[in-house]
Amino acid sequence: MNTPQPTMQKAQTDPLLMDTKPIVQVKNVCKTYPGNIEALRDISLDFPEGKLTTLLGPSGCGKTTLLKIIAGLLPATSGEVYVEGKKVVGPGPERAFVFQDFALMPWASVIRNVAFGLELKGIPRSEREAIAEKYIARVNLKGFEQKYPHELSGGMRQRVGLARALTVDAKVLMMDEPFSAVDEQTRRKFQEDMLELVANENKTFIFVTHSIEEAVYVSDRIVLLHRRPSRVSAIIEPKISRTGDPEKIRRQPEYLDVVEDIWQSLKQFLD
Amino acid sequence: MLFFGYRIPLFTSLILWAVLWEILGRTAAGMILPPLSAIATRMPEVVTNGDFGSALWITAKAFLTGNLIAVGIGIPVGILMGRSVLADRLLLPWVNLFLSAPLSALVPVIMVVAGIGEVTIILTVVLFAVWIIMLNARAGVKSITPSLIEMTKCFGATIPQAFTKVYVWAALPEITAGIRLGLIRAVKGVVIGQLLVSIVGFGTLFEIYLSHFLLEHFWSLVLILFAFAFAINEILAWCERRISYYASSR
Repeated sequence: MNTPQPTMQKAQTDPLLMDTKPIVQVKNVCKTYPGNIEALRDISLDFPEGKLTTLLGPSGCGKTTLLKIIAGLLPATSGEVYVEGKKVVGPGPERAFVFQDFALMPWASVIRNVAFGLELKGIPRSEREAIAEKYIARVNLKGFEQKYPHELSGGMRQRVGLARALTVDAKVLMMDEPFSAVDEQTRRKFQEDMLELVANENKTFIFVTHSIEEAVYVSDRIVLLHRRPSRVSAIIEPKISRTGDPEKIRRQPEYLDVVEDIWQSLKQFLD
Repeated sequence: MLFFGYRIPLFTSLILWAVLWEILGRTAAGMILPPLSAIATRMPEVVTNGDFGSALWITAKAFLTGNLIAVGIGIPVGILMGRSVLADRLLLPWVNLFLSAPLSALVPVIMVVAGIGEVTIILTVVLFAVWIIMLNARAGVKSITPSLIEMTKCFGATIPQAFTKVYVWAALPEITAGIRLGLIRAVKGVVIGQLLVSIVGFGTLFEIYLSHFLLEHFWSLVLILFAFAFAINEILAWCERRISYYASSR
């Protein structure tokens, strides 16, 4: 077979990234909210190290819930999450989070926001600001160090959120629909930057989105979630060549095929 | 404001009321409400009186001390109530009760405990100011966006760090509004306290003026205190506007 085909696998089998060591393991996680609302039913997943895994599904499928359980922000009703073999009981320094609504401190300048994780660790000001400056430049915000969040556009604010998460040098970077609050043009640029980040930073990314195109564009692996209650319906590993012009990716037949496959699979959830 | 096509400044209405007062003061009501002009000419006399100076000093001291205590207790307790369901359940009924209760009735109780003197005045100020400060700090913390709290946890803040580096700042617009409302109530507290104790500060002056039927003096003092309360409110409102720019972007 010469044309690479998107591989639709049954949940929990993993022939392609099998040799990649999982850094985050989710084992039989269930989540029931008060009032007997079942959000997640028996989710088991592995997240391969150094890759970008996307949780994709219709709204209300529990993808954000699952991400917050991995982050240690929400307790699971049953089941466990392991990060580097250690059981998650709360947030930890090996995990950083990028928020959908940026979650910046409006009273603090960009540099203080970016350095906040280091400030909490008690790292001296000059040292933490030097590190923060490096990451502010990395996300193309050089020159905005002393600005305040309300002086920045939505896209720039999310860059601040991203720089803050990079600054603490966590192994796992979790992103909860990070681009949904920015406009479409900025979003595309962000997605291209994401690919660069995954290639250059030696980090594992867990990405939540409801956009099929975005998921296929950036992901090494896509976990498709069903809803009510949420289960893993498929794991897809798009075989897309990401070398060369980022614009070309969106025109590759492989890219379009995977998008179409996922769309067919998610169609049934339309109300 | 436009009046028959003419633009007239806002304070014009004050002139109207002043004229009305003046007319009223020259009728039989003048017995208890002297004309405004008579009160105004009495003002320099009241202000230059040595008793006024010492009363102002004592009052300012009690006012500031009381407010500092009220802020020192109100903000931390309010923030705690905003973050801890247990603390909230325990304290909220009491805070709401004291917020609406006729607190003047409690001043005699304070007098019994703290004696007739400055301490009672200070405690009265605290009693008047602290509840609204608490309630506003609580409301401020409750209105913090959930993601900001999650962010604080995610980046590993200890509980003291979370309070001092995030929650206080995030709730600052509401906290300052609470302090402003608290100070306005504290003005009431300090005057009511002094009136009831009546041997301290302006309480003594009011007592002397009323018992000697010096109504022009009495009204001068009332107007001066009103002006003070108004000025305090305006100054704080100005400070508040300066920091509320980020209230909408939290």
